[in-house]
Amino acid sequence: MSWAEIIRTGLEAVRSHRLRSGLTMLGILIGVAAVILTVGLGEGAQDKVRGQINALGSNLLIVAPGSTTTNGVRGGFGSASTLTRADADALRSTIVAPDIRAVAPTTSRSAALAAGSASWTASVVGTTPDWLSVRARDIGTGRFISGQDVADHAAVTVLAATTAEELFGARDPVGQPVTVSGVPMTVIGTLTAAGSSANTNEDDQAIVPITTAADRITGGVSRNSVQDIYLEATSGHTLSAAYQEADYELLARHRITTPTAADFSITSQQSILSTATSVDRTLTVLLAGVAGISLLVGGIGVMNIMLVSVTERIREIGLRKALGASPRVIRRQFLVEASVLGLAGGLLGTALGLAGAAILPHLISDPISISPTATVGSIVIAVAIGVAFGVYPATRAARLAPIEALRSE
Amino acid sequence: MTPTDSPSAESTPVASRPVASEPVEPGADRPGTSEPGASAAVIELTDVRKIYRSGLFEVAALRGVSLSIQEGEYVAITGPSGSGKSTLMHILGCLDVPTSGLYRLAGEDVGGMSEDQLAEVRNRRIGFVFQQFNLLPSMTAWRNVELPLCYAGGPRSERRQRAVDALADVGLADRVEHRPAELSGGQQQRVAVARALVTNPSLILADEPTGNLDSASTEDVLGLFRRLHDVGRTIVLITHEAEVAAAADRVLQVRDGVVTADSGPAARTARSARKVRA
Repeated sequence: MSWAEIIRTGLEAVRSHRLRSGLTMLGILIGVAAVILTVGLGEGAQDKVRGQINALGSNLLIVAPGSTTTNGVRGGFGSASTLTRADADALRSTIVAPDIRAVAPTTSRSAALAAGSASWTASVVGTTPDWLSVRARDIGTGRFISGQDVADHAAVTVLAATTAEELFGARDPVGQPVTVSGVPMTVIGTLTAAGSSANTNEDDQAIVPITTAADRITGGVSRNSVQDIYLEATSGHTLSAAYQEADYELLARHRITTPTAADFSITSQQSILSTATSVDRTLTVLLAGVAGISLLVGGIGVMNIMLVSVTERIREIGLRKALGASPRVIRRQFLVEASVLGLAGGLLGTALGLAGAAILPHLISDPISISPTATVGSIVIAVAIGVAFGVYPATRAARLAPIEALRSE
Repeated sequence: MTPTDSPSAESTPVASRPVASEPVEPGADRPGTSEPGASAAVIELTDVRKIYRSGLFEVAALRGVSLSIQEGEYVAITGPSGSGKSTLMHILGCLDVPTSGLYRLAGEDVGGMSEDQLAEVRNRRIGFVFQQFNLLPSMTAWRNVELPLCYAGGPRSERRQRAVDALADVGLADRVEHRPAELSGGQQQRVAVARALVTNPSLILADEPTGNLDSASTEDVLGLFRRLHDVGRTIVLITHEAEVAAAADRVLQVRDGVVTADSGPAARTARSARKVRA
């Protein structure tokens, strides 16, 4: 009996027991759909995090102030700002740090803004012209703060999209007066929307020259300290060189001889990315594992039904043997039936998974990105499960003695 | 079908074996050359024994059966239940193998065959008709008849043609696309007979073929067997009913695992001599 013939016979058997075949497939179907959706959700979450971190800017290094040591007691990270504008200026030198293209020291504090009768509280960021390219932002209208503004301690501000909207509504804010923490300033430009990340709202900011912020908003003894220094390497390849240059220069400037005692830390965008995505990946693997177990349970369902089927069709098997079916042919017939159930369940499960991936993001706010590997993989596994769990029932069927089979009522 | 290409058919002349139960005509070991008048032994049993073991007990179902059935014979095997006639039928049908003794089917020694070879022999040599009809309910009549051809192989169109022809032979040309549930008991058994015929086997083996039929359908099926016999088919019918056995030309009585009476091949009438092989 040819394979084509055996497959036709197997399909006929599956079709002639529609309800049972359907229920058997259901197990595999749910398993496959679950694998596709959970892996999709995990990948979607990873993509989202990756997108957020990439939005920080490319080839980015972030220097954050570390702990200070006061009277031999080491404070925690961020307990004091050990970075100053002078540190940033030093890193701007192409002799000291040839692989650093742009340096943007930032200070940030929340402050009240008012324009006419409208008032709004936003994060006021003091920085330098490099900020725009380092943070990969774009100017919507007007212009960004210039080197001259920084040198002049100019009373100018650039508003992010939400802030501009809240203060000026539909009006063009460029050229309008606004008070920032009671300091009158002129709006010189707006930023385009960037979307919000998990921690900060990138669209609710007012950017001012760092010198202006130091003098008129922060003030006090910490006026010259900065919260972060954003560094942009000249390219992705020079990122680690830029890291070393910054590290070396800052250690030298802070007169620290042992690198482990550094009062600052430098993180790369890559390290943030891998930390964030590895958490998501662990979760994905866990969920996919659970889904995989349901696939396995589906496979056991296939075996169960195939065994019932062998017992129920004992006369048919006997008859087929009497008519000349060799044990091999009988075994193949039952194997084909089991793998047809696996394949059909796998394909239907994929359809359900894809439909779910299309509908679910509208119901929950999380994105789902379909992984072709997981999709093809789960179909293959579904068929493999059908075959693997079909072997035992098929062998049982093949071993039946024709007389025993024919005799049974 | 014209058997056989097996070398074993030629190797041992049947007549030379000491326990041949019947005088055998020359050329009997060449079933492939069925010239009119020259008969070939389709079935040759020599001292066949079958012992079933269950735990400590041994039950001898057959205790030395020797018999020979020639091509074109119409034989009934009869006996009460427990006589061993079912066991004999299973051995004749290659559904079971003897514990000892020799069985040649159309010249081939069946004894030493593997399961795969037995399956092939059943497919080529034997057409079964069962008491329970054993049709597959999900398939139409012609698909049921086609079933043994599926295992033999061959192009689909040819298989369908042969199945339809066989149905026409048993008078069911207009029931080709019917499912078993849409047919009467007698018609179902005729489909089963068509299925037994379709491979052109050496032997038609019918196990209580009328056991589930009313008297009209019994007449019908027995008439069909008679017609098949008339065109030269070899038919072995297992039954416990005397009137059904009487329809055959030769009756073998089985009791306690041995053949107790044999009306003998003499019963072969002029009718079977007229046989025409397809």
